[in-house]
Amino acid sequence: MGEVAIVGVGQTAFSRQCGVSIRELCFEAFGEAMGGLGITTKDIDASIVCSAPEYDKQRSPAGLISEYLGLTPRPTFYVETVCSSSTTGLRVAWSLIKAGLHKVVAVVGFQKMSELSSRDAAERMGRGGDIIWESPFGLTMPAGYALYAQAHMAKYGTTEEHMAKVRVKNSHYGAANPKANYRKELSLEEILNSEVITSPLKKFDCCANADGASCIIVAAADVAKRACKIPIWIAGLGAATDTMSMAGRELLTGLRCAQEAAKQAYKMAGIKPQDIDVAEVHDCFTISEILAYEDLGFAKPGEGAALLEDKQTYVDGKIPVNVDGGLLSKGHPIGATGGSQIRTIVRQLRGEATEAQVRGAEIGLAHNIGGIGQYGNVTILRR
Amino acid sequence: MGFENFGTVSFTAEAKTADFINYLEAGKVMATRCKKCGGSYFPPRMDCPSCLSSEVEWFEVKGKGKLTSYTKVNYGPTGFETDAPYTLALGEFSGVQILARLSRDIGEKDIKVGMSLMVSPLKLPGSRIAYEFKKD
Repeated sequence: MGEVAIVGVGQTAFSRQCGVSIRELCFEAFGEAMGGLGITTKDIDASIVCSAPEYDKQRSPAGLISEYLGLTPRPTFYVETVCSSSTTGLRVAWSLIKAGLHKVVAVVGFQKMSELSSRDAAERMGRGGDIIWESPFGLTMPAGYALYAQAHMAKYGTTEEHMAKVRVKNSHYGAANPKANYRKELSLEEILNSEVITSPLKKFDCCANADGASCIIVAAADVAKRACKIPIWIAGLGAATDTMSMAGRELLTGLRCAQEAAKQAYKMAGIKPQDIDVAEVHDCFTISEILAYEDLGFAKPGEGAALLEDKQTYVDGKIPVNVDGGLLSKGHPIGATGGSQIRTIVRQLRGEATEAQVRGAEIGLAHNIGGIGQYGNVTILRR
Repeated sequence: MGFENFGTVSFTAEAKTADFINYLEAGKVMATRCKKCGGSYFPPRMDCPSCLSSEVEWFEVKGKGKLTSYTKVNYGPTGFETDAPYTLALGEFSGVQILARLSRDIGEKDIKVGMSLMVSPLKLPGSRIAYEFKKD
């Protein structure tokens, strides 16, 4: 059976308040993804719409967005794994094409978080855990990752300064990304002196809620070759879960779902971590990026922070990570985030990432995590 | 009674594990164990996925546990605004791990990963009930 490629990618700028409706947000991302392709809307056989529920009032958003993009009467449906929804959508698109059911599938991710106050959004995210046993204690998304941070610090001696160095790097690249919400470079001192949200995580250790949409156009090999100049091939896919409850976690110094998803993706692609030229990882918090270095095999367990010490994850380093600014700079419109990561990798592999191009990048990886490590998707792309 | 008065804010009431609340009112924090395979569960569950059996029994989480990790939450979500700051923690007890808050009696400087803990019921204002970790 033939291979499956990404032919087009797009995203809106991510912002604190977009001022438009969810359908209009999605249209903008779709427009960028379809721009310059040798196929039109009529060639799209199906769409997969990805977001986390309960931010806007629209029930069943897939039908609404499919209509607005001009895709009716072709099939559409909704996919949800909270923050990793759109790479789950990509996985489903791959399998629909691989099965021969469709030739071209659009994966549309979106979130308009500004429909809710910050505290209400925190409450929704708190309910993205076990609502009988854990949400009633006031568990929040940052608190869940803070538990990982504290455990990592206790076991490996990771420090708040190590974590701050993730933000220093990502704010550096975010400043150059026109699609990013936060475009100011931050110093180590500014990050370390920011207010504590949930110890040891401070304001600048956390990504911000945002509005935004992303779109990935996926196609079978024959269509892909005529649809665009440089198809980017899906070489490896991995997906895994961990328990919904924090009490069920057997490991607190790494994300089991990411480790397992990475193993699957490397195996499918037939490559090793050292073969990756550029990576996008789910840095919803600074500690998350350090965990990702280790879970993806870029560093041994406990040695993730060392990569930052000698700038190995900067654009000229051994393994450049989040050189578009990451979630920390871009903002994190939940359902759109995975698609934005894929967009960055596709642009890197095509040599179009003018803001921070990794020279000669041929193999890229996207690590997209849902919830407090409940869902993990790892996607490997090659030129 | 179900889970309607559990924790600071509860989000659902009905569950087969509702007896947990009765035990809690009587001063006990309980977990469940599958009678067939002996697997123990916290959060408690009345259905064992290993055996596809619903023959489970309650047992009390007693004795010393160990603090696995913690975080002091300064920013509370809706419903928890006036509660913050509070410290969430994971504690490891014989065969089960539990998420709860650390007692406000424990000073911030005294908190250390690995420290010894007990888990005990906690009455909250407005006839609400939860459990918390206390210093051993």
